[in-house]
Amino acid sequence: MLGFLARRLLLAIPTLLGVAVITFLILRVLPGDIVEVKLRADGGAVTQEMVQKERVRLGLDKPVIAQFGDWMKGLATFDLGNSMWTGRPVTEEIGIRLALSAQLAVMATIVALVLAVPLGTLSALARGTWIDGAIRLLTMAGLAVPSFWLGMLIIMGLLAVNAMPPLVFRPFFDDPWSNLKQLFWPALAIGYRYAAVVARMIRSSIIDVMGEDYIRTARAKGLPEGKVVGRHGLRNAMLPSITVIGLEFAFLFGGLAVTEQVFNLNGIGKLFVQAVTQRDFVLIQTIVMMSAVIFVVVNLIVDLLYAALDPRLRVR
Amino acid sequence: MRARQPLRDFATNQPLGATALAFLTIFLLLAIFAERIAPYDPVEVDFAAMLSGPTREHWFGTDAFGRDILSRVIYGARTALGIGILASGIGCALGSIIGVASAYFGGKTDLIVQRFVDMLLAFPIVVLALVVAASLGRMPVLGIDLNLVVAIAIPIIPKVARVVRSAALGVRAMAYIDAARTAGFSHVRIVLRHMLPNVMGPILVLATAYVAQAILLEAALSFLGLGVAEPTPAWGLMLAGNATDFYREAPWVVIFPGLAVTLVVLAFNTLGDALRDYLDPKLGI
Repeated sequence: MLGFLARRLLLAIPTLLGVAVITFLILRVLPGDIVEVKLRADGGAVTQEMVQKERVRLGLDKPVIAQFGDWMKGLATFDLGNSMWTGRPVTEEIGIRLALSAQLAVMATIVALVLAVPLGTLSALARGTWIDGAIRLLTMAGLAVPSFWLGMLIIMGLLAVNAMPPLVFRPFFDDPWSNLKQLFWPALAIGYRYAAVVARMIRSSIIDVMGEDYIRTARAKGLPEGKVVGRHGLRNAMLPSITVIGLEFAFLFGGLAVTEQVFNLNGIGKLFVQAVTQRDFVLIQTIVMMSAVIFVVVNLIVDLLYAALDPRLRVR
Repeated sequence: MRARQPLRDFATNQPLGATALAFLTIFLLLAIFAERIAPYDPVEVDFAAMLSGPTREHWFGTDAFGRDILSRVIYGARTALGIGILASGIGCALGSIIGVASAYFGGKTDLIVQRFVDMLLAFPIVVLALVVAASLGRMPVLGIDLNLVVAIAIPIIPKVARVVRSAALGVRAMAYIDAARTAGFSHVRIVLRHMLPNVMGPILVLATAYVAQAILLEAALSFLGLGVAEPTPAWGLMLAGNATDFYREAPWVVIFPGLAVTLVVLAFNTLGDALRDYLDPKLGI
């Protein structure tokens, strides 16, 4: 098991390095950088001299290779640099927003699973009936509704019934009730799509599994249908679904970026969009690397879960 | 191929898919003939009719500048379908060629290409598209921002390459590929003329599904202010900025553009599913 883990972690290094190179190339080789954007935002006339001075200060005058080397050295020593826009360490900028986004991601996942597992199962068992049709329509809609628009509709609905959630973020451990009241709605907006993807997967894998011989055996030995579905059907069907759940979780960041905007939440997604708009290279590359690390880690967890749930996969 | 009248055959086999196709055809016609169909100029500001609700003059109401929302939704179809179809087309074309070539050459080439694809797949698509869109800036050609199209197409490439590669591996093992090589055909010719046509089915399905993804992505980027620029009417852009100031007084400002995105994406997804079931009944569950 440890060997497997070590090998997987080693394999992740080239992927992460590749992500770093690609991000770096996209950001640095293409024309335009933060300096002019920033100086113009500060107002006043921009002279060539000012631009040059600022570029030197931010290290943008060095050759691209040297800049990449600096960044890699920083990554290795956990010195991620300062935001080019605010001048504060990126770890600090990210740190103060991490709790909110992480909690939102976890809540969206919970919302998704709570919706997806029963809906997917029911849809599979009632295959071909109007219930199946209704659930499939619901999941197709989940794939089509932009999460930011869903967020807007939710806010409109809450306004209509005068139930606006709190506007100020309170950490969960300070004021759990206010915290949950605020984050439930954005979690729902993000989680609906997530639920739709997972429910579709669960539906098709349950349909697959229910045709297996061991289901017939379970029925033949007189097991109540509930146990046949719960113990033999759903458990086996969850295996392929775990991959989808993990993958969608790793990519929740995209949903966060737009939904935090709608609900005006000061999280990582909003920070990222801001960084992109301002061309804050240091902040952008740090957040992109962070999302790549999450992707790698989630994939690893999915593999470990697979091994834990299916003993056949352990020998390797 | 399978039927002499493929469209009719498709309609009888996949009524839902055919309905989606008909719906999309209507939207496509709206987009093409927007000038004739839209009741107003989509960028015409009319302060006398600011935030008017749905009336007989303005079916979908007007926005904060008094611009007619129905007209903006119709012109927005041009932006969404134009960018969506183009981005999906470019992404699927490049992804398919990479996938087929990777499967055809095999060995080290395949390994290197697949590692590269892995790296690109580690980016969340919104993140990749946002970074590329911001780096490239804007390059409008005939009213469509080509750089935005590229930004949306790039995340599609690795996904398509992955799927097409596995479909192409099956074709690679066919005897006619060996026959073509024995006949002395060039690699380029074999990839383009012998392998690619035989994986067209899955590519068609992917292309349809990715139009939906591309439209969603364009809406999200425009909403975030990094996609389509004002004054071009785009659905995502109509929801950006101060649209939220009017939740209470003018819900129609929010409702109609979002509904347009949802319905078109739903239709493309439904069509994609139906095409998949039609082309490969084994896969459909």
